[in-house]
Amino acid sequence: MEDPVRASLDHCVKCTICETACPVAQVTPLFPGPKYEGPQAERFRQPGASADHSVDYCSGCGICSQVCPHGVKIAEINSRARAAYKAEVGAPLRDRVLARPGVTGPMGSPVAPVVNRVMANGPARWVLERAVGLHHSAPVPPYAPRSFQRWARSHRRGAGVHPDGRSVVYFHGCSTNWFEPDLGRMVVAVLERNGVQVRVPDQGCCGLPLQSNGLFEPARRTLRHLAHDLAAGGGDEPVVASSSSCGLMLKREGREILGLADEDLRAMGERTYDICEFLLDLHDQGALDTDFRRLPLRVLYHAPCQQRGHAMGTPALDLLRLVPGMEVVESAGGCCGIAGTYGLKKEKYGIAMAVGEPLFEQVRTGNPDVVACDGETCRWQITAASDHSSVHPVALLFWAYGLEL
Amino acid sequence: MQTIETEVLVIGGGATGVGVARDAALRGFATVLVERKDLAEGTTGRYHGLLHSGGRYAVKDPQAARECAAENGVLRRIAADCIEDTGGLFVTTPWDDVEFGDRFLAGCAATGVGVEEIEVGAALVREPALNPDIRRAFLVADASMDAWKLAWACARSAVEHGARVLTYHRVTEVLRNGDAVAGVVTVDVRTGVTLTVRAQVTVNATGAWAGQLAALAGCRPVDVVPGKGIMIAMNHRIVNTVLNRCTMPSDGDIIVPIRTVSVVGTTDSPVTDPDQLEVTQAEVDHMLDEGEKLVPGFRKARALRVWAGARPLFGAKEPGDEKTRDITRAHTLLDHRQRDGLDGFVTITGGKATTFRLMAEETMDLVARMASPGTDRPCRTATLPLPDSEPGAYYAVGSRLAQRERHLLDDQLVCECELVSRRDLTEALDRRPTANIDDIRRALRLGMGPCQGGFCTYRATGILHHQERLDQATANRALLDFLQERWKGLAPILYGDQLRQARLDDWLYQGLLDVEHLPAAAGAP
Ligand SMILES: Cc1cc2nc3c(=O)[nH]c(=O)nc-3n(C[C@H](O)[C@H](O)[C@H](O)COP(=O)(O)OP(=O)(O)OC[C@H]3O[C@@H](n4cnc5c(N)ncnc54)[C@H](O)[C@@H]3O)c2cc1C
Ligand code: SF4
Ligand code: SF4
Repeated sequence: MEDPVRASLDHCVKCTICETACPVAQVTPLFPGPKYEGPQAERFRQPGASADHSVDYCSGCGICSQVCPHGVKIAEINSRARAAYKAEVGAPLRDRVLARPGVTGPMGSPVAPVVNRVMANGPARWVLERAVGLHHSAPVPPYAPRSFQRWARSHRRGAGVHPDGRSVVYFHGCSTNWFEPDLGRMVVAVLERNGVQVRVPDQGCCGLPLQSNGLFEPARRTLRHLAHDLAAGGGDEPVVASSSSCGLMLKREGREILGLADEDLRAMGERTYDICEFLLDLHDQGALDTDFRRLPLRVLYHAPCQQRGHAMGTPALDLLRLVPGMEVVESAGGCCGIAGTYGLKKEKYGIAMAVGEPLFEQVRTGNPDVVACDGETCRWQITAASDHSSVHPVALLFWAYGLEL
Repeated sequence: MQTIETEVLVIGGGATGVGVARDAALRGFATVLVERKDLAEGTTGRYHGLLHSGGRYAVKDPQAARECAAENGVLRRIAADCIEDTGGLFVTTPWDDVEFGDRFLAGCAATGVGVEEIEVGAALVREPALNPDIRRAFLVADASMDAWKLAWACARSAVEHGARVLTYHRVTEVLRNGDAVAGVVTVDVRTGVTLTVRAQVTVNATGAWAGQLAALAGCRPVDVVPGKGIMIAMNHRIVNTVLNRCTMPSDGDIIVPIRTVSVVGTTDSPVTDPDQLEVTQAEVDHMLDEGEKLVPGFRKARALRVWAGARPLFGAKEPGDEKTRDITRAHTLLDHRQRDGLDGFVTITGGKATTFRLMAEETMDLVARMASPGTDRPCRTATLPLPDSEPGAYYAVGSRLAQRERHLLDDQLVCECELVSRRDLTEALDRRPTANIDDIRRALRLGMGPCQGGFCTYRATGILHHQERLDQATANRALLDFLQERWKGLAPILYGDQLRQARLDDWLYQGLLDVEHLPAAAGAP
């Protein structure tokens, strides 16, 4: 059988809609755009050979695939081509490090104060940029002193959660584990508040950073490992993810981009939910506790590109609108530019900042109390670029419930 | 009327004709080639694209197999830049006799065709889209060959050695001098100007038209039956190796990956006029059904274009009374002095694109004896590479993408599908000025991709208008002619994705640009 991602190039009629939506093509001539990179260049590609390098400027945001009216899997085609290119030229050390938060996390976390001081130090960052190509201004979050998993291991089931009631597996992702453990605790608390039992199996990375850096083979191994870990000791409970991009990896990117055909992965993908999607489902079933206290905040909600890849609408927006007093506006700017690890790189930092500028401008002029966004790297980027704090939407629900850590 | 004199005159600018012209020029003969259209616009530009390993004829036509095997090796040395080394597979599908594989192996061994039987699993790893139910697989040295590149490279080499190549010169009359052919009268189909070419020896290399041309010379009928074959190009490379059914040659049993497409073909039915090749819906369906046997899901892929070519098959009795497939694929060289008592005239026809060089060599061996008896002017084409070709330096499907990547910032794309840039276009026009976009297509592949000229035709017209200083009406004519030419190959395969494309292109040209009402010059004859 021919691979369906590649075969989808046949549907392109050259309408150019994807070109007008691609945030990267709009800010740099170095990137010839999704139509060129996807359906056009793909006709010139052959297994085991790479003829193009400009595809490395595709950030993988996935917007092109979402807007193509004919179903061309453009971003997926690009990811494959990038992997072929990286396989040929070899990925730089920087990319291989950035691609492995599951490895660097356990190394950085125990020595968090030292690493964090280095990363916050101007001159040291210049040295890093020169040495490995990590842009000196790129938003790199500090390591948390205690990982989420360490907390979860000692966490007792919350009051009001019935052992025979609804239960889920929480897929927290690397960033929650190493950088934002408080977000994980809030997710658990919000779910437990709604009577949902939360299991947090030991788990690693989903392989997305590997995949977006074109390192497909290790990405496949990593994702398989994760699926195995999440399934361990459980039945077929829903898997709930608080990182929209990592959740998407389980839902479909592992299959579509990495080409994994494993049956158990497909089954897990079908029972994977984004946390806001899951909570809104509860609400639709009348099972969400809507006893929120008044929270008079002006919130700008920004749906990350990968969130849109879930094709589930904007459940976060619907949920936040349940909170009395909260004034929620949806962002008009498209992509924030960071696209995982893309905007951290020296040669792409400027592009990423230019891509995000309309969004940052909206934040600056709208001056909300807080920005809500489902993607971690997007939050870090927005905060760094606009000097406004940003949180996961679930954090706002957590506060609206009057919960405390 | 202007007259030019030469030693050797070649009629026909297909693979055979340019091959003869090159061979003649390399042997030091004053040479002129006349072609009624553009080079390789006859059967050569409409063929399947396969540089045969010989496997296809190993059982049925040993002579053709032997010749293909030898010439395959020669062309890989002299014409590498026109060849993509895809390799070929012969596979036994569930519709084919498993035992035939043994006859195939024996036939290959007897005719010098290199072959290796491989595991079915290995074949599937190499070509994942291949039918998983195949039972045997054999690897051969098939390749794909770009006919336009080949024809132009031969012509260039001939010109570099003193030959003149006159395209758009149609032979309307063959001049006689008693019992000898003395040359021809041609008319330039673009301007109507006539030209006389006088020659010591005239070579009729008009392929499927050889009978018509011989009739002009007034000799006994030359019995060439045009055998029509259709091919469908699918939008992308579904496979990267040539796929053949391991069975007696039959319809739709080969898929050739060439350039950016995969071409399925072909058919074989006798016709009377090689200029009238209709494609029927039934033929299209038949090809797609056969493609499906080699590659399940083939029907769902996007068909890009369909076209037909006419095989020059020598020696059938009359059209209609027998299957042309049974005629040998080896070529025929006629010395009309021996055959008809007509001096200074030879006909070379039949054969394959794969064996064009051998055909040219044999022809020129005969012509050299006629034109300069007693002197020794040996053939040099088997060893001297064509311009731009180095032995072993084959082109790859990605070559053009790699080249485009180097000029992303300093050159504009005109044809997005086939990655033809503005510079490519202006340079091609500098080399050969024309007011005909189809000439540019054959030189650059402009307009040959998925949108079939939808987005490049108006761009190219603008550049042509500017660079060639065409007046408005002539430029409009160029645009309309090209759209019409593209449409011919689309009409029989309008379904699915290509139908959508055609609708969008139609909106562009009819809706937005209202091309039907453009003030245009009268069409070319
Ligand atoms: C459907 C099909 C598929 C094929 N596939 C393959 C394949 O995969 N591999 C392979 O090796 N071979 C293949 N062949 C065979 C191969 O294409 C031909 O044998 C070869 O191209 C013939 O070349 P030619 O130069 O003899 O004829 P042509 O290319 O037809 O050249 C003859 C030229 O003479 C010109 N002419 C005619 N009348 C006049 C006139 N009055 N004045 C001036 N010029 C004139 C014509 O315009 C034409 O350009 C295929 C053939 C067909 C039909
Ligand atoms: S939007 Fe889809 S159909 Fe249109 S040009 Fe892009 S890939 Fe092609
Ligand atoms: S994935 Fe994003 S950056 Fe890449 S081509 Fe598509 S829209 Fe552009």
